[in-house]
Amino acid sequence: MSTTAPAADGRAAPVLALEGVSKSFGTVRALREVSLSLHAGQAHALAGENGAGKSTLIKILAGVHAPDAGTLTLDGTPVTFSGPADARDAGIAVIYQEPTLFADLSIAENIFMGRQPRRSLGRIDHTAVRSATAALMERLGVDLDPGRVARGLSIADQQLVEIAKALSFDARVLIMDEPTAALTGSETERLFSVVDALRAEGTAVLFISHRLGEIFRLCGHVTTLRDGQLVATEPLDGLTEDDLVRRMVGRDLDELYPKQPTRPGEPALTVRRLTREGVFHDVSFEVRSGEIVALAGLVGAGRSEVAQAVFGIDRPDAGEIRVGGAPLRPGSPTAAVRAGLALVPEDRRQCGLVMAASIERNIGLTGLGKLGRAGLVRRAGERARASDWALKLRLKYDRLTDPVGLLSGGNQQKVVLAKWLATEPTVLVVDEPTRGIDVGTKAEVHRLLSTLAADGLAVLMISSDLPEVLGMADRVLVMHEGRLTAEIPRDEADEERVLAAATGRPHTAGEAA
Amino acid sequence: MNAPATAGARPDTGRPGPGRFLRWDTAVGALLVAAFLVGTGTTDGFSDTANLAAALNDTAEVALIALPMTLLVVAGQVDLSVASMLGLSSALAGRLWDAGWTFETLVPLCLLIGALGGLLNGWLVTRVGLPSLAVTIGTLTLYRGLASVVLGNKAVADFPESYARWASNTETVPGTFVPWPIALFCLLAVAAAIALHCTGFGRALFAVGAQEDAARFAGIRVKRLKLVLFTLSGLVASFAGIVYTLRYGSARADNGLGLELAVVAAVLLGGVDFDGGKGTLGGAVAGVLLIGVLDNLLTLNDISHEIQVIVTGVLLVVSVLTPRLAAVLTARRRRRAAAG
Repeated sequence: MSTTAPAADGRAAPVLALEGVSKSFGTVRALREVSLSLHAGQAHALAGENGAGKSTLIKILAGVHAPDAGTLTLDGTPVTFSGPADARDAGIAVIYQEPTLFADLSIAENIFMGRQPRRSLGRIDHTAVRSATAALMERLGVDLDPGRVARGLSIADQQLVEIAKALSFDARVLIMDEPTAALTGSETERLFSVVDALRAEGTAVLFISHRLGEIFRLCGHVTTLRDGQLVATEPLDGLTEDDLVRRMVGRDLDELYPKQPTRPGEPALTVRRLTREGVFHDVSFEVRSGEIVALAGLVGAGRSEVAQAVFGIDRPDAGEIRVGGAPLRPGSPTAAVRAGLALVPEDRRQCGLVMAASIERNIGLTGLGKLGRAGLVRRAGERARASDWALKLRLKYDRLTDPVGLLSGGNQQKVVLAKWLATEPTVLVVDEPTRGIDVGTKAEVHRLLSTLAADGLAVLMISSDLPEVLGMADRVLVMHEGRLTAEIPRDEADEERVLAAATGRPHTAGEAA
Repeated sequence: MNAPATAGARPDTGRPGPGRFLRWDTAVGALLVAAFLVGTGTTDGFSDTANLAAALNDTAEVALIALPMTLLVVAGQVDLSVASMLGLSSALAGRLWDAGWTFETLVPLCLLIGALGGLLNGWLVTRVGLPSLAVTIGTLTLYRGLASVVLGNKAVADFPESYARWASNTETVPGTFVPWPIALFCLLAVAAAIALHCTGFGRALFAVGAQEDAARFAGIRVKRLKLVLFTLSGLVASFAGIVYTLRYGSARADNGLGLELAVVAAVLLGGVDFDGGKGTLGGAVAGVLLIGVLDNLLTLNDISHEIQVIVTGVLLVVSVLTPRLAAVLTARRRRRAAAG
């Protein structure tokens, strides 16, 4: 890796630059004329809400998507990537939030997968693979045994393996997409020191995080996106976190999250000492009708697992679930639906919808017993149920017989909501209800949840989107490593308190310093 | 309930859009009609009612077993143990008849064993969590082995005419040329078609076959559904064993050897997707009948059995390839339209 002395003010020629880049998916304009430049030896932050276009931008840099318009330049020369391999060969490495290593291969094998040094007759030179890996680890200052299998490595260690892999490709640009979301405080600090060292060697870094404190800690400049458009690129010196939030959101939070005042009624869902060995422990909480309770925490804290145990997808080892006062038979989604529970799952494409089936079939799927007599399904009834809810949720579709796979993410989520609201539930559990959907639909979903709660529905909302949690919830429950660590009422909930509980750190002031 | 007008969306006609390829199951139906017409025109004796009765009756076991098999494949499962269960049922019937049981008492026992065998398949698939292909390849061997244990190399052939006539192609439903096994098949086919296409049970089958996780998350009892399907499959296979035994007047342990592939072939030929989630019962029935008609035509024209097998094989490959090819072509055309 050639080390060029970075110009401190960023006026040197950029290593990698985007100029006027646009990208649309169907009718959704994910990026509109966005420009960004990355300089050797500098860490640049990319800020924006979910759906602002950050992922799309990263995927363009990583060669996953080709831009519809605009240019990509590498060392001043325009380039086009026909795939991720092109970007990698150009020295661009991307570290994702959840690394994808081969679980049964060793760290060394993972790093050199597909390009192992060979001996005669094409045999893999295992000694060379290991010593090369050991050298990479030493350069990173990390103590990981190259021969250890990847299974069981913490997410933090897996990310370090990915970074080592990037180094082995002589990466000059390191893109990190929310790498700290699942890390503890000390793991984050170790990651940052590695990144600092790489930066000193001349690597350009693009860093994405929802934790504003980390952006200020690691980066010199920030580019903010909103609704696919560039808001500003500026030095972080002299900016405050509030400034950054204002640029990201573009309006006041109160306007964005139309939370209606509620009068919580009787307990609709009561969970007592729920435990699944090795997944979550001793989880107790209550959701009253008319109330939106958020379940916050990091990826892997066990939130979705709790929701799925409540809904009967997984059978808990211990504990009790009551719906409207009556005990719920564990381990049976059918019993849960009958009791008035509904679950909008996190993985919409896999668990929420039958992608190849039509809109009306999907909406009908939760009411198969009620669509006709004696087990028969009345076509007209099925259609009426679908068109009724499509209208109520303002679903944008062509025909009700179209496969849901053709709809946009936001409209797919509306179909999931429709199929559950059609069962007239008393408790609605939503897992990441607005992940991966556009800003407009997101606001619609929020308004809908708020209205439903005002009408007496009990809502349990799992979300990793902190502004969403703070904006929508009457109460915030926080999980950390399988346990409930905090219950914070709406007026006391702020970003810092939730994050502290989510990372298992004692609540202290001055996190962002 | 009145369907409200869908504001802000185009009216929903429910009709498939233009530019889609002809549905495969309809195409197989058309092919069946074509084969029938060509046969009538070219082959003497093909359209005689006696020949048609014989041709239909020859497909009886495959046709019967194809009904639960269609439901299984739609749900993303397969049961390859059906022919062995047919053999086991036949062997058991022979053994019990030999031992002096009356026909009225041995048939229920054979059916019970069939249902239990199917239940075992279902149990292994749902509780142990093995793929149905693996499970039923295992029980294919197991049930055939049990059949040999029950009857050995013997053949029991002294079934009285008073029973055998119910399965023959000369004893027909009064006023028609339809033999009784085929009449029963028609009834069951209508029942299966209603179950698959007009009930919540059928809707659930399609959902399970297309995306099992999504079905489970919608509160569908996936395991129970599979148990029911495999039990039905075993039950029908054992019944087909009785029909086979009477039709050939012979109970043997190796009766119906390899028949499971004929059944799967007919179902796939009828446009039921082996990946699950797609298909129609009418298509599967058309597939069964098409193979039956072609076999009969080739036999009447003195074409060897080997050629018949090859024809079936080619049809099967074509039936599996055509929808994929059509999908590729549609995608290419769409891409060109989008580019132009």
